Amino acid sequence: MSNEHSMRRVTAIRNGTVIDHIPSGQALRVLEMLGIGGKSSVPVSLVMNVPSKKMGAKDIIKVEDRELTQTELDRLALVAPDAHVAIIRAYSVAEKLTINLGSEVSNVVRCTFSNCITTNHREPLPHRLKVISRAPLHIRCHYCGRPQDLDELIKNVL
Amino acid sequence: MDDLTNEQIINILDDATRLLPVAKGELYLPLLQGRILGNLFFEPSTRTRMSFETAMKRLGGNVVNLGDVKNSSVVKGETLFDTIQMVDGYTDIIAMRHPRQGAAQYAQDSARVPIMNGGDGAGHHPTQTMLDLFTIRQAHGTLEGLKVVLAGDLRYGRTVHSLSHALTRFGSELVFASPKLLKMPEEIVSDLREHGASVVETEDLLGSINDADVVYMTRIQKERFADEDEYARCAGAYKLHADHLSEVKSEMIIMHPLPRVDEIHASVDSTRHACYFNQAFNGVVARMALICYLLGVTVPADVESEGGAF
Repeated sequence: MSNEHSMRRVTAIRNGTVIDHIPSGQALRVLEMLGIGGKSSVPVSLVMNVPSKKMGAKDIIKVEDRELTQTELDRLALVAPDAHVAIIRAYSVAEKLTINLGSEVSNVVRCTFSNCITTNHREPLPHRLKVISRAPLHIRCHYCGRPQDLDELIKNVL
Repeated sequence: MDDLTNEQIINILDDATRLLPVAKGELYLPLLQGRILGNLFFEPSTRTRMSFETAMKRLGGNVVNLGDVKNSSVVKGETLFDTIQMVDGYTDIIAMRHPRQGAAQYAQDSARVPIMNGGDGAGHHPTQTMLDLFTIRQAHGTLEGLKVVLAGDLRYGRTVHSLSHALTRFGSELVFASPKLLKMPEEIVSDLREHGASVVETEDLLGSINDADVVYMTRIQKERFADEDEYARCAGAYKLHADHLSEVKSEMIIMHPLPRVDEIHASVDSTRHACYFNQAFNGVVARMALICYLLGVTVPADVESEGGAF
């Protein structure tokens, strides 16, 4: 199985979180959105562009000694909506989580329209985007109402 | 406009109809006595600002103005949030125009009083739409099933965007007549079609007006074109002269958000179709009705008997 094969590229972790089925090439962005970078002291393993039956290719992240919360994971809804998340304790899956896309994405990304009121960094506003439809994913800014291009949008991570 | 149902829009237009004698100054009806409107125009505006002010004063209310932005706290770097918090405390209702799109929604999120959007960037201009709907209904007695031609700059003109959405809700047939360069944005056309609109796009304005009930003209700006020749070649086909109107329906009206330059020739002014000055006047009465609605003030069923003479 290609999935098992890809999982064996990095070792199993004792405790922590495994995020699987991340769209190919998005793993670094996912880490950035979770605030996990070189400065955090926990070990992180990541594989990119491994074959996947479902997705063709995918990325996988394993974060040791840290259990991500549902709120943290929901921030990933725009980048990795179909990711599977497993909380690992003593080498076995203790909990399975999925990522939820609510009716609004708040303070995750900034509207892509250059003349939107949200581009003024001094305004103390929450960055709110409304989910108009899920499939296909269709998102508009709460303030200016502009439809958002998803490829552009995920470059605007806060 | 999305905040209002069709029924609420019709109710506001009905209120506006009854308020006409008050707007004209024939009757005095101080429904808004003791209320204060805050005019926050972060961008220059003559018509919109003055019509809000007139609307408030005709109903016995008062107005405070932000004044020239150059001399206000905005120049000192005050955020819109702080300005709104302050004016929110001083007034009962706010009318605002702001260069950034979404500013009105942002203001409404943090304000206690109702905010009326008098235009934000290239975004909505709902009070203009309200007065446009009022004008169309006044002329035709209905908003339903009309054929409306929108002409000129459909790409950048915010009034035509809001109006197309509103007319679609009332089942109008829309014809968009513009040069290729200034076509209605694709996402708006597909949005309208999704909402069941019948939309025809054409470059032929004069070929579209004979069976129209409304012809809504807009100004084509020279700056949109690469050079003078290109402008002259394209814009020439979007100018109306009285000579073009010999075959049109007798009750057809010509509208324009004003200011016009030369897209409507002065010869049209004296025809029965010219409606743009009346439309500009209607800005007052439509805003009177909207302010009453937002402040929860009931417009009496019989304005004539409630109102006093001067």
